[in-house]
Amino acid sequence: MAVMSNAVVTPRQYLHAQIRWHWIEVAFWLATLLPIIVTPKYLVLASQVAITALFALSLDLILGYAGIVSLGHAAFFGFGAYTAGIITKPWTISLPLPGRDLEIDLPGWGEPLTGLLISALAAGLLGYLMSFIISRFRHLPLIMLTLGLGLLLYEVANKASWLTGGADGLQGIHVWPLFGTLHFDLYGYTSYPYALSVLFLLFLVCRRLTNSPFGLSLRGIRENITRMRAVGAESRSHLRIVYTISAAIAGTAGAILTQTTETASLGVIEFQRSADVLVMLVLGGVGRLYGGLIGAIIFMVARDQFSGINPQFWYFPIGAMLIFVVLFLPNGILGGVERLMAAFRSRSS
Amino acid sequence: MLASVIGVLFDGFAYGMLLFLLAVGLSVTLGMMNFVNLAHCSFAMIGGYVTVTLMSEAGWSFFASLPMAFLGAAAVSVVLERLLYRRLYRATDLDQSLLTIGIVFVSIATAAYIYGTAQLPVQVPGYLRGSFYEFGTTFGVYRLFLIGISLVISILLVITLEYTRFGAQVRAAVDNQRMARGLGIDVNSVFAITFALGCGLAGLGGALAIEMVGLDPNFAFAYLIYVLIVVSVGGLGSIGGTFTAAMLLGISDSAGKYYFPQFGAFLIYLVMIAILMWRPAGLFGRR
Repeated sequence: MAVMSNAVVTPRQYLHAQIRWHWIEVAFWLATLLPIIVTPKYLVLASQVAITALFALSLDLILGYAGIVSLGHAAFFGFGAYTAGIITKPWTISLPLPGRDLEIDLPGWGEPLTGLLISALAAGLLGYLMSFIISRFRHLPLIMLTLGLGLLLYEVANKASWLTGGADGLQGIHVWPLFGTLHFDLYGYTSYPYALSVLFLLFLVCRRLTNSPFGLSLRGIRENITRMRAVGAESRSHLRIVYTISAAIAGTAGAILTQTTETASLGVIEFQRSADVLVMLVLGGVGRLYGGLIGAIIFMVARDQFSGINPQFWYFPIGAMLIFVVLFLPNGILGGVERLMAAFRSRSS
Repeated sequence: MLASVIGVLFDGFAYGMLLFLLAVGLSVTLGMMNFVNLAHCSFAMIGGYVTVTLMSEAGWSFFASLPMAFLGAAAVSVVLERLLYRRLYRATDLDQSLLTIGIVFVSIATAAYIYGTAQLPVQVPGYLRGSFYEFGTTFGVYRLFLIGISLVISILLVITLEYTRFGAQVRAAVDNQRMARGLGIDVNSVFAITFALGCGLAGLGGALAIEMVGLDPNFAFAYLIYVLIVVSVGGLGSIGGTFTAAMLLGISDSAGKYYFPQFGAFLIYLVMIAILMWRPAGLFGRR
């Protein structure tokens, strides 16, 4: 929460004020435990919300802090999701050696936590490679390149059906129980606490990251990249680092989805998912970490409710909300709430 | 071998012409006002649905409905330009993308509400259907018609933009908006007219596209990607660039589907990324 005062504040003091926990934040995280007690029937939805919130958080890192508009962020979500599924399956690799073919049997590795780490590293590696392209462009070419790279990976997933199952989805995913005892059941009793814990841990990482000198220089790049270069800040390598981290987090979100549902289809990597996550982040409010979480909650619950009535029509309220937010709430729902609270405070004092 | 090459070139050229019709309006408005209008294909969809409605409900002929598709899309675009777009001319790329994605969502839901999600057919006149056989390959009559009508429209567009007073004002506004304003050109109204013209062309393209690619509410998203590729590869505000890029995309798409079906759309995206990395402003972009 922003601290407004007219006194001169050094960057160090500013960061210290930012990093202190506000009671609303504590209440928010305590409230995320409520679904377990109050609505145990909706734990599957709750875990979907947590996964999507993690995905939106990863987008907020690059969009809200570094100003990289991406229409293809589902590439990393999908890459993580497929990686998490593929490593649980046994594979046979045959090497054509002179004489006879050497066959290597790889057993499937279904341990969830290491699987999550492997998927995050894989998505992060992909993000690192792509960041060399991304960090060189801005504005419309950047939007088009993120879109194009996303579509490219979608086509790879679609056509490499020997690896991904193509349009039929990845079959035969087998994830071992968490800690060797907790099975991922159909009711979300394991998956919601699992997804929520990962979300919370990675949120802490992002919170620390954005409230650091590194986070401050990212904001500088977002506001004026030319000036940041002029003061000698390593803008491109900063962009590469944050893009890689964001990709790894998006991949983690995708991996949780695969592990908790034991399926991975083309839906994890399609353009629709990239657009949806952008929408929820903007609904909630860009560049304030909680925006993505709030946006994911509203978006997913609204989709659940409206598709209950009729699956085709849920786009209408989402689209109308998006138009409304862009025109009247430039900083999303959270920005609007902050403004209301500021107005209330100035009136009472 | 030669026959298949001719067939692929012909089909690709027809498809490219369709993409040109859909994309040219976006290219001009994007180049002129720097407005990222991701809802461009929603206007194409409006044109398509106007044609379908007039033909099935009011019994109009296919040709009579085409001007109405143009006018319908243009009329809606004028209203939206006044109500929504105008407020965001000076906003960031992100806000413009988001507003127009919102419009796309609303248009998809509205189309699904009114027309359902099924693919809608259109009954083109008998003499436009069928095909004939020449040079060892078959030519679809409708595709030939599509090529003809697109060429006529391109020529009209080039004449309008190159040889009329209005065209000179548009070109001046695209090249240097501040200078154009300084010379007393009313850039705002020039833009409003160009915007309506571009959206009307998209509407016409949408109406003509039904016979080839079908029409359902997802049209607004499915073709947006192709249109964006055409516009960004061709270069903003360049009609010749849009034409070239649309043809390249159309021909490489049908060649890819014919000769390398295992790669799908992969090659197209790869070419697009390569061109954008080589020339971020597009092949014919000036900025």
